[in-house]
Amino acid sequence: MTAQDYNFAYLDEQTKRMIRRAILKGIAVPGYQVPFASREMPMPYGWGTGGVQVTAACLTPDDTLKVIDQGADDTTNAVSIRKFFQRTAGVAVTEATLDATIIQTRHRIPEAALTEGQILVYQVPIPEPLRFLEPRETETRKMHELEEYGLMHVKLYEDIARHGTIATAYAYPVKVEGRYVMDPSPIPKFDNPKLSGSPAIQLFGAGREQRIYAVPPYTHVVSLDFEDHPFVASKAPHDCDLCGAAESYLDEVITDDQGGRMFVCSDTDFCRTRREAGHVGHLGVPVQGGV
Amino acid sequence: MYVAVKGGERAIDNAHAWLAEERRGDPAVADLSLAQIREQLALAVNRVMAEGSLYDPDLAALAIKQSRGDLIEAIFLIRAYRTTLPRLGASRPVETAQMAVIRRISATFKDLPGGQVLGPTFDYTHRLLDFKLAADGEVLPAATAPADMADVPHVTGFLNRDGLIEQQPTGNAVPPDLTREPMELPADRALRLQAITRGDEGFILSMAYSTQRGYGRTHAFVGELRIGTVAVEMDIPELGFAVNIGEVELTECETVNQFKGSKTEPPQFTRGYGLVFGQTERKAIAMSLVDRSLRWAELGEDYTGAPAQDEEFVLMHADNVQATGFLEHIKLPHYVDFQSELELVRRLRAEVFAAQEAAE
Amino acid sequence: MNSIALQGGFTDAAVQSAHAFRASLEAMARPGTLQTVAGATPPAPLSAAAGALLLTLCDGTTPVHLAGAHDCAAVRDWITFHCGAPLVCAEDASFALGSWAALQPVNRFAIGLPDYPDRAATLIVEMDQLEPQGARLTGPGIAAEARLSLPETAAFRANRALFPLGFDCFFTCDNRVAGLPRSTIVEDC
Repeated sequence: MTAQDYNFAYLDEQTKRMIRRAILKGIAVPGYQVPFASREMPMPYGWGTGGVQVTAACLTPDDTLKVIDQGADDTTNAVSIRKFFQRTAGVAVTEATLDATIIQTRHRIPEAALTEGQILVYQVPIPEPLRFLEPRETETRKMHELEEYGLMHVKLYEDIARHGTIATAYAYPVKVEGRYVMDPSPIPKFDNPKLSGSPAIQLFGAGREQRIYAVPPYTHVVSLDFEDHPFVASKAPHDCDLCGAAESYLDEVITDDQGGRMFVCSDTDFCRTRREAGHVGHLGVPVQGGV
Repeated sequence: MYVAVKGGERAIDNAHAWLAEERRGDPAVADLSLAQIREQLALAVNRVMAEGSLYDPDLAALAIKQSRGDLIEAIFLIRAYRTTLPRLGASRPVETAQMAVIRRISATFKDLPGGQVLGPTFDYTHRLLDFKLAADGEVLPAATAPADMADVPHVTGFLNRDGLIEQQPTGNAVPPDLTREPMELPADRALRLQAITRGDEGFILSMAYSTQRGYGRTHAFVGELRIGTVAVEMDIPELGFAVNIGEVELTECETVNQFKGSKTEPPQFTRGYGLVFGQTERKAIAMSLVDRSLRWAELGEDYTGAPAQDEEFVLMHADNVQATGFLEHIKLPHYVDFQSELELVRRLRAEVFAAQEAAE
Repeated sequence: MNSIALQGGFTDAAVQSAHAFRASLEAMARPGTLQTVAGATPPAPLSAAAGALLLTLCDGTTPVHLAGAHDCAAVRDWITFHCGAPLVCAEDASFALGSWAALQPVNRFAIGLPDYPDRAATLIVEMDQLEPQGARLTGPGIAAEARLSLPETAAFRANRALFPLGFDCFFTCDNRVAGLPRSTIVEDC
């Protein structure tokens, strides 16, 4: 495949128009899943085809793109998607969250606060938050129409009865502007508070399931909970062993077969920025002279 | 000191180079030509065209070569290519009654106008490995007869003349396009047929088989199975008439199924329909059974909870490109989500142990 | 079809429509902000901004309604040539174009279905003036409050009361565009 055989950002203009219309309707009805005629992309379903289509419909040649998977810029699928857009759109790319105008992500929201000039595009595998309670689209569509979300509360309450706490650790459901219950994609619930009131535009693309939805800037997003069991955005009770950050989401790395492990920031750009600023964790070494 | 794994890009490039080498295999063995695949693995080519929804034997052969014979991967390659092609227009409906048949059989009548034509079928081959093929592939020419240019009438047409089978409604409504509009449920029959004809052969086969074993049984007879080529015509508005733009090979299966009727309506047989690109008769027969099973509501039958009666279940799970993508995506990193569950399970366990200690 | 109809489209469709879309996305996502859209030089009375929105969002799959002075041969031909959009009555439109007065009554336009609220019309309202002052806007996309010189407030309050149903609006003037999704709460001040 050579890039010049394809249109800017791969998709043809008619397809982009269709996706753009869906994005605008998604913005107009925050949290509602807009059906769209997802195209077959040159990468497998389940690997970010929805996010890639949304990104392709948003990109201009002036954009700077960042792609992360699990918070990291160097995971193979992030590398592959970034390369796809370098080849088909010729856009600048970056690993620095603050320099990016569009960030495509799988499973994380960056630690650094986003700004008004940014768009965060989420890759979504199963956009329907009620799907694991009711497999039928025909039923869940009715439940959204009628705001019939009791089933979700029953499920969360059953967790409490069994475990004493809500046993959902990721893809934790949220309610957007008091109306639609929405799947925030499989981000850890640690990231949920960042969904609400963000200055950035948040767009969600599910290719295989043919849905696009959106959270506009400064939109009220609440994680579902109960008065006596309030939502808690938890993380591993450690500091990053490389940069010492106490408030970032951590990956657990197994270091030997004797039970040795260390905890490091999942957001690789956040961790590197801190280390370059002189922060040193328990197992880290000072950065010599920055990069 | 711990250093995070880097070099994803080089790893990917290296993997692709290795894959290319493995695809080629032993360079001492002659490279496989597309013509060889197209001519000698024609049924694989047909399956890739049918499920790739693109009628182009040479491209299908290329996809099979590139995918190392993994047909779902080949179908995926064709689909991804197909979606980039411009839409120049739509053809007229093809006339299968004017098919130049190479095979045409009916299970419902011993003989019929147009005759039973066995054609190039595996049906009565004894499934004995032919070791001669391992040595050389030379074959003797098959017997031939002069081509019969007459139209071959459909068996269901004979039944229809006597009112014994349900009328097929005709119309000029533009059918929905599964590849250009998001799937909306409930789906009409045209949309269902589109989804089934490009659905995974194995999935459709198993769904059809389940109806035969009683999960939504419809008592199907193969009224007719025909394979052959039909002309594709397209209206050219500038010319004011239709022109022949080529021909495609198709397999069509029409089933005659259990009758319906009531006190006021005399009993009548019902229909199932299958139409698939290429010589693909297993798929076409299976398609007609699944089509018929999904029609329970319009025919006033009971929903028994059979999988093949469940439109949403069949349509949402028939596509092997969607299915394999989502299935295989679970091998991508999920360590962030896993970490969140690890943290939760550890915390829950600590609470249980703390409660036990407090009780002791 | 006269030669004017053939002119004034995007000269670099992929790039110009990408920029125009980003402007319209910012407008709809941040109600009350004014964005600039360029690239289209459509025939009068179509504004450059409205022309760019049509080129970016409309095609053969999106029925367009032209209201009032915009329902003229020059605009019809231009849209037919550049977008290929079918021109329809108000009730069937995905997009509607005209002055606020010409678009009345706005309760003719599609507001979506309870199970498919996205199937609602988008109005492109051509304005003589468009300023970040006037009616007070609050809701999604707005940090505290925003102001926009809307032609009235009652119709938008009525539209908000239908949420999640309702139509969505772009307001255009010269090369500027502002957005007003159905989710915005509009008040006089």
